[in-house]
Amino acid sequence: MGLELYLDLLSQPCRAVYIFAKKNRIPFELRILELLKGQHISKEFSQINSLQKLPTLKDGDFILTESVAILIYLSSKYQTEAHWYPSELHVRSRIHEYLGWHADCIRSIFGAPLWIRVLVPLIGAQVPEEKVERNKAAINGALQKLEDKFLGCRAFLASQEVTLADLMALEELIQLFAVGYDLFEGRPRLAAWRKRVETFLGAELCQEAHGPILNILEQAANKTLPVPPPEVHPTMLNRISRIP
Amino acid sequence: MGLELYLDLLSQPCRAVYIFAKKNCIPFELRTVELLKCEHHSDAFVQVNPLRKVPALKDGDFTLAESVAILLYLSRKYQTPDHWYPQDLQARARVDEYLAWQHTALRSSCTRVMWQKLIIPVFLGEPVPPELLASTLVELDRCLQLLEDKFLKDQAFLAGPQVSVADLVAITELMHPVSAGCQVFKSRPKLATWRQRVETEVGENLFKEAHTHIMKIKDLPPADTAIKEKLKPLLQVFLH
Repeated sequence: MGLELYLDLLSQPCRAVYIFAKKNRIPFELRILELLKGQHISKEFSQINSLQKLPTLKDGDFILTESVAILIYLSSKYQTEAHWYPSELHVRSRIHEYLGWHADCIRSIFGAPLWIRVLVPLIGAQVPEEKVERNKAAINGALQKLEDKFLGCRAFLASQEVTLADLMALEELIQLFAVGYDLFEGRPRLAAWRKRVETFLGAELCQEAHGPILNILEQAANKTLPVPPPEVHPTMLNRISRIP
Repeated sequence: MGLELYLDLLSQPCRAVYIFAKKNCIPFELRTVELLKCEHHSDAFVQVNPLRKVPALKDGDFTLAESVAILLYLSRKYQTPDHWYPQDLQARARVDEYLAWQHTALRSSCTRVMWQKLIIPVFLGEPVPPELLASTLVELDRCLQLLEDKFLKDQAFLAGPQVSVADLVAITELMHPVSAGCQVFKSRPKLATWRQRVETEVGENLFKEAHTHIMKIKDLPPADTAIKEKLKPLLQVFLH
């Protein structure tokens, strides 16, 4: 069995891994696991990844979690084009600098509006208003830093070409965009950067990867989203409690 | 001017960077930035790191923030022994995996324990709801279990048979709740022996030196009014 990628395209880091593998023509078996249906907490998947999280990579007997680790692994093993993760020390450091800040200030913060507006209501729960307001403030602050400190006058976040940093960032911004956040309004540099990244990735790949998430509000309105089974509720509630 | 490292040894990631640089005999100027005096908000420091966080690195004109980025930069530039950040594909992936996981897991609970158990009640003199601290301790416990079961397993070190930056990052995190009075290693013999191994690799003197400051945090006098005002926004972050 060759490379297997366990993904759910509703998840930002899963999309980053998917896009990276596809764009670089890395051969893999796609194993879709629907988080909303609790497929990640199944016995079978827990054997593969006891953390029950996505994305997960399985390469023969080697199992790897964490999207950044997976992206670096794939870039190295499949010798993807240098611009993704250049060996030049300063650029590579900038990528890690971005990813470090991203882990603190973007991850779980940018995903929160989807939880608040779509996922939490699916299990009949609610997020306290003060959390919603704090989250909005955190998002605005992070978007400002993203534009000013990380993008600045550059074409892309860590260099003049697309890197892993841009991919991780794009998917988080798409997560906001998908629930109606007007994040590019008043942020022309960020809007232009998004266009550059998506142009580079190609319209077809973007449509393929972003289709499901961009459709989520419609699915929620039409009540066609899966209703999360009871066994998933504790992890969902835990996730909400961890929204700062 | 050579390499400068802007650190406050009260901070977990700063200790990891300090230990790594010292252990590998990397020559640097230590620039102390005292977080509890809000020195990271000074105009001078903003020039080094506009994100106003430590650790930060300045190497000639090149400035760099974020501890993982700094550790990897130092390991490459100073060509430290391979085991710290291995070239081997799978070995390195294990280190990357830990460094990514800890950022949103262990780091968060260790910082919150320190703030909720010590900094907020003692230094800032503000009450902390007991149920909040209790739930933070539960979360810490959960992370420690994952650390043992998912990362350490039956290995000598977190990413394999040899010590790596993953272990430095982890041990400095765990010393945070330890300094706040949590007996993290007492009920976890597997972690305790891992800790011993890491301390031996690092060198006991260096380990002690890096942790002198944080181990005395219980003895800090209460903050003055000016500092309390400046640190007020952080109360919101750590009191929910």
